[in-house]
Amino acid sequence: MTVTTQQKPSMTLQAKIGWLLVAALGAVALGGIALNRGEAVNSMWLIVAAICVYAIGYRFYSAFIAARVLMLDATRATPAEVLADGRDHVPTNRWIVFGHHFAAIAGPGPLIGPTLAAQFGFLPGTLWILIGAVLGGCVQDFVILFCSIRRNGRSLGQMARDELGPLGGAVALIGVLAIMIILIAVLGLVVVNAMRNSPWATSTVAATIPIAMIIGVYMRNVRPGRVLEGSAIGVSLLLLAVFGGGWIDDSVYRSWFDFNGPALALMIIAYGFAAAVMPVWLLLAPRDYLSTFMKIGTIIGLAVAIIILRPDIQMPAVTSFIDGTGPVFGGKLFPFVFITIACGAISGFHALISSGTTPKLIANERDARFIGYGAMAMESFVAIMAMIAATILDPGVYFAINSPAGIVGAEAAQAVATISSWGFPVTVEQMQELARQMGETTLFARTGGAPSLAVGMASIFASAFGSSFLDIWYHFAIMFEALFILTTVDAGTRVARFMLQDMLGNINPEFGRTSWYPSVFLCSGLVVAGWGYFLYMGVVDPLGGINSLWPLFGIANQMLAAIALCVATAIIVKSHRMQYAWVTALPLVWLVIITTSAAWEKLFNPDIRIGFLSHARDLADKLAAGSLTDTAAAQAPTLIFNDRLDAALTVFFLLTTWIVVFETVRVCRASLTGGRFPKSSESPHIPTQLVEV
Amino acid sequence: MFATRNFFTRFWQTLRRLTGDDAYERYLAHHNIHHDAEPPLDRATFFRSEQKRKWEGVRRCC
Repeated sequence: MTVTTQQKPSMTLQAKIGWLLVAALGAVALGGIALNRGEAVNSMWLIVAAICVYAIGYRFYSAFIAARVLMLDATRATPAEVLADGRDHVPTNRWIVFGHHFAAIAGPGPLIGPTLAAQFGFLPGTLWILIGAVLGGCVQDFVILFCSIRRNGRSLGQMARDELGPLGGAVALIGVLAIMIILIAVLGLVVVNAMRNSPWATSTVAATIPIAMIIGVYMRNVRPGRVLEGSAIGVSLLLLAVFGGGWIDDSVYRSWFDFNGPALALMIIAYGFAAAVMPVWLLLAPRDYLSTFMKIGTIIGLAVAIIILRPDIQMPAVTSFIDGTGPVFGGKLFPFVFITIACGAISGFHALISSGTTPKLIANERDARFIGYGAMAMESFVAIMAMIAATILDPGVYFAINSPAGIVGAEAAQAVATISSWGFPVTVEQMQELARQMGETTLFARTGGAPSLAVGMASIFASAFGSSFLDIWYHFAIMFEALFILTTVDAGTRVARFMLQDMLGNINPEFGRTSWYPSVFLCSGLVVAGWGYFLYMGVVDPLGGINSLWPLFGIANQMLAAIALCVATAIIVKSHRMQYAWVTALPLVWLVIITTSAAWEKLFNPDIRIGFLSHARDLADKLAAGSLTDTAAAQAPTLIFNDRLDAALTVFFLLTTWIVVFETVRVCRASLTGGRFPKSSESPHIPTQLVEV
Repeated sequence: MFATRNFFTRFWQTLRRLTGDDAYERYLAHHNIHHDAEPPLDRATFFRSEQKRKWEGVRRCC
């Protein structure tokens, strides 16, 4: 009786042959990449393999999920139709929703994770991006979007409460808040590392703030609602700011923008607080328009440039650092490649978007496949491009940029000697020449992924579109990354503030009022203090804060994905489709394995670069023995405290994940054996009246 | 020639729709059908209320 999107029983012969060819091409490309040793692999093989994998995943696996597992019902009215109010709930053309959804899920994560994971070689990260997306990330986004559509567009937190009970719901909520704090801290750290002692980068990034404000005033007061006009002016000003930064770098005003890491961290913290309490129209909304335009434009530009240029990949397929001794971050291939690349393979954060604005716009349930599964495949492709941009660099250069001074040595000569001794030859002259070309004083130890990605992007753009402007392209790339990282910092702080206000509102309703200034200031202050602490801690960390913060972020993000997949699995089991529960249960089991083992390593590994507790113990022993220098001894108590704080947070993430997993198992068992469990909260079937949007 | 023009018109419309540039026109159309008894908001007021409302939840991801 229900009409589903199930495919016709048999494909035409031409279609079969066509898909066989796609499969064969994908297999040849993947096989070529995986088995090729010794010769340089061309980046086009990665692109071809990726597109074939996504095409097959979309055409067959997502069709299977749509028809058999979720049983999408095209005759069923969606929340956009049932609750149509012309504002939040508006039935919208599928391509438009796809655009909105993609713009919302694609952030800096898929650019930075692959850049860091490139220390293992290009192969492990690439395989995880492809397999993780097709079987994990795309499935999560699609299924959560579907679940939310069937529940009047409810959020992940609400669904967790409805489907798993109050404990699961509460834990999910606190988990979201915690991931937000860590996410903002680590992204702030990436921006600080990109701007450290670089007047050009700092002045360009600083200019984005007044530019956003000008556009905010323009769109509100001068030409209200003229979004395209305002954005066009804003983007032109941003490009001018890139050139202006170059001028400042050569002028006497240079010293006004020359700051070290801690000073920049304090500025970002002050900025974050100001942005959170300022009205959205002045800073956040115009910045979001600008960053979306820059983001989409740059991603398209990068794809075109890679296809024109077809650069060879310089990084080996697999490096010796899979044994855990890598300089970029400590830890073995398993499990660390899987938590370093979260966005791009599977990102729990997407579940918040898939259960936020997107389900309220979808005109027909059938579109959930294209939007949920399709948009994630596209984001995964962005991650593949970031992997290419990182691995076409000379590996010696890549490691010189991404290794913290605490590992390879603060002196240039010492750093190149260490890196060359690993089998990745690089010279001081080479690095100086590169820094000069990029318009920077030095590129050593610019950790965080943004500078090396910018060098990679600059060399791609310069070769494809004009080679004499390497420094302009480099600072354009830095500006582009910083622009949308700062948008995430603003938006994330604001969301975390709302959530905190909501929680405090349960204690005293006055705190829940989003316009009551004492509460706004208090909650914004608490959120900013939370991520500000971790940011500052990362900046002063002698091992480079990325080493401790990025894994925490990865664990938190995968934990959120695990919570989302728990909700999805419970819903599938409750809807009497136990035989298909593996579709979400398999990625769930994998996520639980990797987050648990990564958390375990971060807690108890005896290597001081991996285990928080062993690092703390090592420092405490040295402090007690008096073998530290005076400055190191003065710093040690703080570092020890920070290690223990990180460890406590890791335990918290671990507990959260396992509580939700146990709740899910309990609910599923009760559902199968007839015990007591929260009934499915699916809204009733209302036939659609819409013809076609 | 005609096809190219048609293409650009459609591209422009899609771009305006995607960015929310045509939000006020769409609001007016919606208003005229559903609530034509009361006067519609003017462009500036509409834009302000929309922007404030849009930023109440999670809008952007990592």
